[in-house]
Amino acid sequence: MIATENETYQEQHATFQLQFSPAWLVELRQRGFDAFTRLGIPTKTLEDWRFTNIAPLVRRPYALASLAHSDDETTNDEIKALVQQATLDEEFHRLVFINGRYSDEWSLMHDLSVGVVIDNLGNAICDHPSDVQTLLASDHKLDDSTFAALNTAFINDGAFIDIPDGVVLDRPVHLVFLSIGSNHTVSHPRNLIRVGKHSKAHVIESYLGHGDAYFTNAITQVTLEESAELDHHKLQHEQVGALHIALTGVDQRTSSRFRSHYFSFGASLARNELNCVLDGEQIETTLNGLYMPKGDQLMDCRTRIDHAKPHCKSYELYKGILDDRAKGVFNGKIFVHQDAQKTDAKQSNQALLLSDDAVVNTKPQLEIYADDVRCTHGATIGALDEDALYYLRSRGVPAELARKILIFAFANDVVQGVELPAVRRHLESVLLSGHELSEDILSRRT
Amino acid sequence: MTSENTLLEEFVQREYAHGFVTDIEADAIAPGLSEDVVRLISSKKNEPEWLLQWRLKAYRHWLTLEEPNWHNVKYPPIDYQASIYYSAPKQRPKLNSLDEVDPILLETYEKLGISLHEQKILANVAVDAVFDSVSIATTYRETLEKHGVIFRPFSEAVHDHPELVKKYLGSVVPYSDNFFASLNSAVFSDGSFCYIPKGVRCPMELSTYFRINAQNTGQFERTLIIAEEGAYVSYLEGCTAPKRDENQLHAAVVELVALDDAQIKYSTVQNWYPGDAEGKGGIYNFVTKRGACRGQNSKISWTQVETGSAITWKYPSVILQGDNSVGEFYSVAVTANHQQADTGTKMIHIGKNTKSTIISKGISAGVGQNNYRGEVKMMKGATNARNFSQCDSLLIGDRCGAHTFPYIEVRNSTAKVEHEASTSKVGEDQIYYLRQRGLSTEDAVNMIVNGFCKEVYDLLPMEFAVEARKLLSVSLEGSVG
Repeated sequence: MIATENETYQEQHATFQLQFSPAWLVELRQRGFDAFTRLGIPTKTLEDWRFTNIAPLVRRPYALASLAHSDDETTNDEIKALVQQATLDEEFHRLVFINGRYSDEWSLMHDLSVGVVIDNLGNAICDHPSDVQTLLASDHKLDDSTFAALNTAFINDGAFIDIPDGVVLDRPVHLVFLSIGSNHTVSHPRNLIRVGKHSKAHVIESYLGHGDAYFTNAITQVTLEESAELDHHKLQHEQVGALHIALTGVDQRTSSRFRSHYFSFGASLARNELNCVLDGEQIETTLNGLYMPKGDQLMDCRTRIDHAKPHCKSYELYKGILDDRAKGVFNGKIFVHQDAQKTDAKQSNQALLLSDDAVVNTKPQLEIYADDVRCTHGATIGALDEDALYYLRSRGVPAELARKILIFAFANDVVQGVELPAVRRHLESVLLSGHELSEDILSRRT
Repeated sequence: MTSENTLLEEFVQREYAHGFVTDIEADAIAPGLSEDVVRLISSKKNEPEWLLQWRLKAYRHWLTLEEPNWHNVKYPPIDYQASIYYSAPKQRPKLNSLDEVDPILLETYEKLGISLHEQKILANVAVDAVFDSVSIATTYRETLEKHGVIFRPFSEAVHDHPELVKKYLGSVVPYSDNFFASLNSAVFSDGSFCYIPKGVRCPMELSTYFRINAQNTGQFERTLIIAEEGAYVSYLEGCTAPKRDENQLHAAVVELVALDDAQIKYSTVQNWYPGDAEGKGGIYNFVTKRGACRGQNSKISWTQVETGSAITWKYPSVILQGDNSVGEFYSVAVTANHQQADTGTKMIHIGKNTKSTIISKGISAGVGQNNYRGEVKMMKGATNARNFSQCDSLLIGDRCGAHTFPYIEVRNSTAKVEHEASTSKVGEDQIYYLRQRGLSTEDAVNMIVNGFCKEVYDLLPMEFAVEARKLLSVSLEGSVG
């Protein structure tokens, strides 16, 4: 079985490699493909995949998604609808990728300050080959993952954001990834983000799609130079039925700040891996996440924070709301290396179980090799608080509404961590409509 | 830092206080493991055919297994063919009183400060002393028998109460459970058997002292405790071992069965030889301990103080089958020098309204590595089940490690699980505060560590609590962070 998978991918890869590319890229892809062949499709016997049975889903190989033909009217309408759905604010820079390829037609770019590069990777490979090469080469534990290797084997397009030293980006960059008209196809977007010294940026990634059974296998590599700041948002709204596997790798240098806001709503199986390496002193890292699987969805959130140097802080809050027969997996690791004295790390995972058929697997881990540290983690799993329900009901709120209000409040905690008002509004409306609540709830707050 | 280092070094160079060898001729078989060895062990103990067959099944299953490698401990590969699987002190007369026991043995116990005489008189404790693999003397048996309590070496229980042994042996930890449990099932030498009949509250604390003596002898204890409806028993297990250069393998199995309204309290103080300052030698302690709360309202609680062994690998677990049953795990684990511990618990909630509490305190010093690995599982039927876990680690010295790997799985929406963990070092401000008040740095650290572990100590039976405190302060002497 593995053999046929590999043969199909092998064929695809051979064809893919025929297109004109610089030699270093051809070589990199080949290395990726070799790693993919070596690692194979992960099975449940691997500790990292213990709770996520991926093998049946990828048993039938996915074909590489082709370019969507926008001259086709129905396709055009689909794209238009999805872009509209994704749009947060017309003021944002918007880069739209359809089936993993950049689409100039749907993108919207405003003027950029001098030196700032916001482009697609396809262009950047030609225009800034050495920068691309350096950023691609940064190690984000890509070698250990089958799917990261597969992405590398098919590197082609994605976003390329390079912000020079001392620039505060005036508007957020919104990356929209659409999967269209796909029948068991896969796209492998690869995004590179570098924020220079003392610079600041906001980036939002949105994932949407139309049609079933497609597969998005994304990688985002982030490098934050000294005192750089980045707010990274990810809004995962894939079509139910889709497979979404993503890895975000972050390299942080001295005094940089990274804030991640991860929101997972779609896909039949969504696995998001977030690896941060704190390779400098005085770094701050904040990871916030919210996953809300229902139906038969499975959401697997994995984070790893590597405290490599002293005097860094990390905060993590991941919340899950599980309904129906959904399955949620949280795996958070804080790794404190021997040199990383005075580390302050806090991790918290809370899950709300709304149905007896839902399953939660939580695995918070602390691995600590330094002594002068303060590390804590907490995990709670439970149902809605009966006392809180009683409180609301005793004040005349009907039971069902009280329930919804409490669920909303639980989730909203993470949403309020988002700085950009447009993103916050978008998330609030997603939460409200998900629970058929009216906006009144928000306006009543003090 | 320099004064800290000197103190640390002092501590590191401490010799194991209980390192001495009792010179008794041992009746040991040649090293190695095969079906013949299993048969030989069985025949030496005059075991019935069914038990031999059970051992053989376990042995054949063991051959198909691979040594687990998921734990976070490192040790050179163990050559299972180099171990001796049976050893019994040669003189083994049936004894009626302690006076008849070999004086050298008694001397050994006295050196350890666990004199049978003293305990017999002062503590009112029945001691089933396991010296190497065969029990030497059993006290207070008559008193216990009056209450219907059966407490005797495993090998005797097999003959005296075959129906009970047959019914419960392997019912909690099956022979196929894991690599080390299978090995134990195949070659277990002896151990303790304890049966508390319906409605009986065991009149005294039961205790067994395990000791490893003959060189190169793996010890494979097997303990089985059954508490019938409404019964109560408190069982104490304590270990110290003489100094050895080669690693000794210890793979014990403990099975507890609690029926309706029964309560079992199992306490352990483990202080086996941890190896010298370079990490040479020391006991490999791979233990499978599990209790089953079969009946309603039953309760099993594990309390352990682990200060010894080069490697500790044990996860005392509770299967909460009966409705309203309760599982508890209280642990203090210390790793100093090159010691490694991968320990924790498993709480499997099956019945309604089941409750479990986990309190784990890990202390690492020197280059010790301390892992907490625990699993809390709420099965679908575990309505209103509740778990609270707290795992705290204390670090002393900058080359040690403390790691936490909890697994939580919940399949019932009314179940509630809370887990919290923290890792920190002994606070400089705390030491400063105590020193201001005239305490030496040593005493200050001792006081802080004892305070850190208090929650667990308070649950130990009194005489054990004293021993545990002593052990801990000896283990950590000089290690100031």
